[in-house]
Amino acid sequence: MSEQREHPVNKFLRMDRMPSIWCPGCGIGTTVNCFTRALTECDKDLDKVAVVSGIGCTGRVAGYLNLDSFHTTHGRALPFATGLKVANPELDVVVYSGDGDLSAIGGNHFIHAARRNSDILCICVNNFTYGMTGGQVTPTTPEPAIASTTPYGAFEPTFNLPHLAASSGATYVARWTTFHVRQLARSMRDALSKKGFRFIEVIAPCPTLYLRRNRLGEALHEMRFYKEKSVIKHGADTREAALDYRGQIVVGTFVDTRRPTWLEAMNKRMSTVLGEKFVPYALPTREPKV
Amino acid sequence: MNTETSSGAPKQKRFRGVVVINRDNCKGCAFCVEFCPTHALELDKAYNAKGYHPPVFAKPEACNGCDMCGLYCPDFAIFGYREKAEETA
Repeated sequence: MSEQREHPVNKFLRMDRMPSIWCPGCGIGTTVNCFTRALTECDKDLDKVAVVSGIGCTGRVAGYLNLDSFHTTHGRALPFATGLKVANPELDVVVYSGDGDLSAIGGNHFIHAARRNSDILCICVNNFTYGMTGGQVTPTTPEPAIASTTPYGAFEPTFNLPHLAASSGATYVARWTTFHVRQLARSMRDALSKKGFRFIEVIAPCPTLYLRRNRLGEALHEMRFYKEKSVIKHGADTREAALDYRGQIVVGTFVDTRRPTWLEAMNKRMSTVLGEKFVPYALPTREPKV
Repeated sequence: MNTETSSGAPKQKRFRGVVVINRDNCKGCAFCVEFCPTHALELDKAYNAKGYHPPVFAKPEACNGCDMCGLYCPDFAIFGYREKAEETA
């Protein structure tokens, strides 16, 4: 018989917190799987990876991952991560956030982190609802989906998150669903080795609230739906990647460019103006570079 | 262990796939059963401690150890790996 092996994800998890609070069929665990495989593949020093998350079901990820992590207040994961990266530029900072946390409560921080090109990888698990607080409508809930605050169906126009990120200035924008596990893991691996504000949207099923309220069946049916309705279009115009209620899901890597990050831009500007007088910030334990 | 290749000639497998299932962590979402490329898994008729039907490794000979189940599982309850086949050749 074979030797006893441990689950490859276990070394990334705080096992005393397991099992997770996520409902049966929730897609968040699948994205965590892909994220840990991406970390393994790109061979990162785990002491230099920090995960920041806000509030919500997806916000729990920071508590479950056995990395340096911080669970911030609602919507404030990105400002915390921006500060963390600036104070310690050695870290690879990852923000793990839900659609409500990122695009509603932290919507302002989202566009400004992308505009500044803060060196952050931002993973947004989009399940079209606020899962933890009872299924309220979010800026991504499509018309006419039913949420607890829109019992007659949502009617507001939605955010197209990849387009919002790309037009605000993100350097890497991708969208996958929890069905595309291999592509998602590869995309996360690629994004981890890049610089700038990188945004990956993952469409995930919420079986307890979104699917049940809209009578869309179980998470497995939703996964079959993703398989059937998703179309891979790398480099597609993000304006055409909008989601509607039961229509086509355009997935793929939409944007992959390079421009100076916030820190690079600041160093360049200050060096131009102050010349030799300017000493770029370095960690206190290190000799500052001149 | 022989498998049919596309040309029809039997080919000796150099490895065998193994799946490890942690029954008590499973929440019975059946993603692993649905998306196993070789259909090596089935849902158990019995319940686990939480009252869900966990998967069972029904067709070990079909498994190629691709770890797709491990990637899909939202509860970190299953994974697959490849083990070198015993030296039979």
